[in-house]
Amino acid sequence: MNSQLEPAVVVDGLRVVRGDREVLPGVSLTVPRGQVVGLLGPSGGGKTTLLRSIVGVQVVHGGTVSVLGQPAGSAGLRSRVGYMTHDASVYSDLTVRENLTYFAAVLGVPRDRVDEVIGEVDLADHAGDRVDRLSGGQRSRVSLAASLVGRPELLVLDEPTVGLDPVLRRDLWDLFHRLAAAGATLLVSSHVMDEATRCDRLLLLREGRVLADDTPHGLLARTHAADAEEAFLALIDAEVRA
Amino acid sequence: MNPRLTLATATRVLRQVRSDHRTLALLLVVPCVLIGLLAWIFQNTPVFDHIGAPLLGVFPFVVMFLVTSVTTLRERSTGTLERLLSTPLGKGDFLAGYALAFGALSVVQALVATAFAVWVCGLDVAGALWLLVVIAVADAVLGTALGLFFSAFARTEFQAVQFMPAVVLPQFLLCGLLIARDRLPDVLQAVSDVLPLSYAVDAMKTVTTSVDAGPDVAGDVAIVAGFIVGAIALGSLTLRRRTP
Repeated sequence: MNSQLEPAVVVDGLRVVRGDREVLPGVSLTVPRGQVVGLLGPSGGGKTTLLRSIVGVQVVHGGTVSVLGQPAGSAGLRSRVGYMTHDASVYSDLTVRENLTYFAAVLGVPRDRVDEVIGEVDLADHAGDRVDRLSGGQRSRVSLAASLVGRPELLVLDEPTVGLDPVLRRDLWDLFHRLAAAGATLLVSSHVMDEATRCDRLLLLREGRVLADDTPHGLLARTHAADAEEAFLALIDAEVRA
Repeated sequence: MNPRLTLATATRVLRQVRSDHRTLALLLVVPCVLIGLLAWIFQNTPVFDHIGAPLLGVFPFVVMFLVTSVTTLRERSTGTLERLLSTPLGKGDFLAGYALAFGALSVVQALVATAFAVWVCGLDVAGALWLLVVIAVADAVLGTALGLFFSAFARTEFQAVQFMPAVVLPQFLLCGLLIARDRLPDVLQAVSDVLPLSYAVDAMKTVTTSVDAGPDVAGDVAIVAGFIVGAIALGSLTLRRRTP
């Protein structure tokens, strides 16, 4: 089978329980290769748990998650999947360059990639600054750079654009599409509905259930809504009535 | 484990310490101040010669326990550990990287503290001085290994700091510094036999009193090394790639 046609991620019946709460009751979905897929939904709806399960850092209680043809979390995937956690997970007492030099070493990529990735997230002017002296938006871009530095085939990004100004957000979405055009698959979560139109495909997750898995255009046509927010509300209303 | 990844981790940890000038100064100055104070308190008595060297082994143990448990806790709570464990970095690389970094730091600390004790405070040592440094470094790495392990049981930095008296003070009381271990009640003596700091202090005492200390010290250091390996093995069990 042609690996290019195989989905990048296949989740089947994924069940995750945290404490006595069932965060994901049995989610099934696929993420096609080479696209920017948005994972949208309100906070507390299970987005981070789903992303963590795909990266393979979440204890799961049922179902299977397959990533790039291997079980999620396999040793062979660790340099092929890039993960940006919800909070900036970088060392605040190191400079931007020192952080990325370390993550590049861990991933075994050449050092000249460090300055390149700093440029990609538009932090060249701050390469020598300590991370704890940066603004929140700059800090989350360091964290993004740390997940980009290894040129992963699958990028799992948990709310990468939160707290960024509109210009920067546009620039990052342009970067995401450039990466997808070069063959990478991106799964990007957001609770901001207006980012939906920037995705090739949308997954709407609410209370651990997939409400929609469609293109932005398809979603609007199906719900007769004007924008993603309205479409999302229409889907929730339809579910409540059913 | 991969030497390149271990080394990269050790370098990163040392860069973090280097960026914190105050911690670096405290690491080097505090042992000297305490040893100086001790020498002053016990001037004109043989007490300093008796306990000065064992304390050279206790300080790095305590300091490295604290520094390591707080830094690893920070790795857990800021998500950097989760990120690292989703990369090809092995748990062994992470732990060995820390042990290597703090081990290197403790070499500097031990050299400064020993030099200060001997040449400034006049500590009288019968055996070879380099043996004191070797034992101090082994103690420091022991502190790092135990700190890595115990940090898994702390949720906050405040709790991590509380583990220091809980783990370190009983060992300090029973290590033979306050009263010789063979004069302890039987039960306590048995307990002190299974605590690593006892062997570190035994080794330090041997160096101060005996010219030909090598073989005895080697035995004690081997036992401390065994505890280090054990603590790192237990520590690696607390590092989980998958968390709830």
